[in-house]
Amino acid sequence: MFIYILSRIGQAVPVILTVTFIAFAMFAYVGDPVTIMLGQDYTEEQRQALIEALGLDQPFFVQYARFVANAVRGEFGLSYRLGRPVLSLIAERLPATLELSLVAAALALLVGVPMGVFTGLYRESWLSRAFLVFSLVGVSLPTFLIGILLILVFAVILGWLPSFGRGEVVVFGWWSTGLLTASGLKALILPSITLGLFQMTLIMRLVRAEMLEVLRTDYIKFARARGLSNRAVHFGHALKNTLVPVITITGLQLGAIVAFAIVTETVFQWPGMGLLFIQSVGYADIPVMSAYLMLIALMFVSINLIVDLLYYAVDPRLRVDRGRLGRTGV
Amino acid sequence: MPLLEVQELRVEFPTRRGVLTALDGVSFAIEAGEVLGVVGESGAGKSLTGAAVIGLLEPPGRVAGGQILLDGRRIDGLPYEQMRRIRGREIGAIFQDPLTTLNPLYTVGQQLAETMLTHLPVNPAEARRRAIRWLEDVGIPGAAQRIDAYPHEFSGGMRQRVVIALALCAEPRLVIADEPTTALDVSIQAQIITLLKGLCREHGTAIMLITHDMGVIAETADRVAVMYAGRIAEIGPVRDVIKHARHPYTVGLMGSIPSLSARVERLAQIDGAMPRLAAIPPGCAFHPRCGHAFARCKSERPELMDAGGSSRAACWLHAADSASAMVAGAPREARPGDARPGDARPGAARQGVADDAR
Ligand SMILES: Nc1ncnc2c1ncn2[C@@H]1O[C@H](COP(=O)(O)OP(=O)(O)OP(=O)(O)O)[C@@H](O)[C@H]1O
Ligand SMILES: [Mg+2]
Repeated sequence: MFIYILSRIGQAVPVILTVTFIAFAMFAYVGDPVTIMLGQDYTEEQRQALIEALGLDQPFFVQYARFVANAVRGEFGLSYRLGRPVLSLIAERLPATLELSLVAAALALLVGVPMGVFTGLYRESWLSRAFLVFSLVGVSLPTFLIGILLILVFAVILGWLPSFGRGEVVVFGWWSTGLLTASGLKALILPSITLGLFQMTLIMRLVRAEMLEVLRTDYIKFARARGLSNRAVHFGHALKNTLVPVITITGLQLGAIVAFAIVTETVFQWPGMGLLFIQSVGYADIPVMSAYLMLIALMFVSINLIVDLLYYAVDPRLRVDRGRLGRTGV
Repeated sequence: MPLLEVQELRVEFPTRRGVLTALDGVSFAIEAGEVLGVVGESGAGKSLTGAAVIGLLEPPGRVAGGQILLDGRRIDGLPYEQMRRIRGREIGAIFQDPLTTLNPLYTVGQQLAETMLTHLPVNPAEARRRAIRWLEDVGIPGAAQRIDAYPHEFSGGMRQRVVIALALCAEPRLVIADEPTTALDVSIQAQIITLLKGLCREHGTAIMLITHDMGVIAETADRVAVMYAGRIAEIGPVRDVIKHARHPYTVGLMGSIPSLSARVERLAQIDGAMPRLAAIPPGCAFHPRCGHAFARCKSERPELMDAGGSSRAACWLHAADSASAMVAGAPREARPGDARPGDARPGAARQGVADDAR
């Protein structure tokens, strides 16, 4: 088990290194930070001094090594645009994005899985058909369009919900949350639906397909032949067997949700990392962009690791196989 | 009163191109503690009969006629919940492939306990105790430890033992075993059958044993039903049916069995093939392949009738009022070497098949 985790972490290292390299390459080749930072008027001495201060006169690999070392310590430099440390900028925005993403993911799971189970079990019912049509809409409409439509209906026409921002937030240390105030919760509704809808329909379709597959298996027929209750057959035996693929997809989608939050945050002017990123792109604010990139990569890798561990918990067959892998030191 | 009585059972599959009748007028009975063998070519309707009895026909298949009685009480068409209480508790089932019959995500102990907790008035501790005893009874070594193992940690033969324990643990009075050894290594098939039969005898459980293996039938069953194209061709005590087959189809079937050992071989080396469901001929379904067919066979469908001994066969050769036709007509013109129904010489039957094969 321990060796298994170590080997998984070992596999993640090259991924992270590749991403840091790309992030660094952005520094080196996109735009000229010196020109950007100095603005219009500068002397040649000022320019040289800044180049030395930024270490831009060093050889490529030295610069890269320094970049990685700094990144590990959480030092991503100063934002070109705001002149503040990137780390604190991101830390300020992180809670908003994580909260939005987690609520969206929870929504996707809590609605998507039951809908998938229902449509799998009662294929012929009109409600299943309605769900399927609805899921087609969720899959095919682009996120920004869904966001704009929701704003149009619930904010502009009905006036029930705010169309932008986070509402009031409560601050604990460096964390800020909108989950504790009425206006914060209200502000969460439209963005989280917008962000989670695609994943919700994806999960529903996946669970449905898996349920149909599993319900055809011999062990489900045998469970019925043993006279187990419908509940035990459907949820104990069938649903549990659909979990492995559902966990995989949900895990990967969680990463995708954080990444795609960019669009939703832009539509709803949600003060999160995605909005920060978009603003930075317009300004070619490379330190912020590269830090964001690395953070997202780190998140994907960690989620993958957690997904693997969950497999391990759900499926006893993997325990054996991977136990063997561990023993042979692979 | 027999334990199970099936009367004129008819199973249909509505399809786009019309209704397919997969079982047509199937009637038989099983006494308490009796072993009924069911044989017949692939597609004859053996599995469907079992599925109908236990109430697990897959939609769109449905019981369209006749009735199924357990202890004289009608069980076809019961509401789902009532039928569920009968499954496992009154009628158990054993499937063909032990590798796919067990849920991979639960230990065998969990699956056994779950079944007993569903049907019997036991608490979890008692269920676990009984689960260990069942594993011992089906011959799993180290049952007390193995109870917490997952299905993938057992071999195929061991898994089928677990399946048998699962089918019997709520002490049903009838178990439907659909080719319980077909998927197993030849070397352990006999062990599994012996185990099943022994346990059922101990608990007084009747068995409906579906198989292609006439050797198993000969050793295990009390009576045997021969199915053809969704109908029962012949039914009777094993000894009678094997030694004095009354239906030409049974004769061919018996003839196609190599007399010694080699049970691996499948049946059905009779000339021609069983008709598709959509194209079952009128009259006797077997007549196009039958060496004894005469006019009546082509137009009128034979019901099961007394055919000498305790056997009943669905064949006009045995109809009292056909006797004259038989003497005067077609059966006498059977090809040379063809086995005659009721002919006790298996050698003749084998000869006949060999002729056909040439
Ligand atoms: N879902 C279905 N739709 C249409 N026909 C079906 C369906 N299921 C079974 N049948 C038909 O019913 C007939 C009987 O099938 P059954 O499975 O009972 O055969 P069997 O005697 O058990 O054969 P085998 O020895 O191969 O197991 C076959 O002709 C089959 O094609
Ligand atoms: Mg079958």
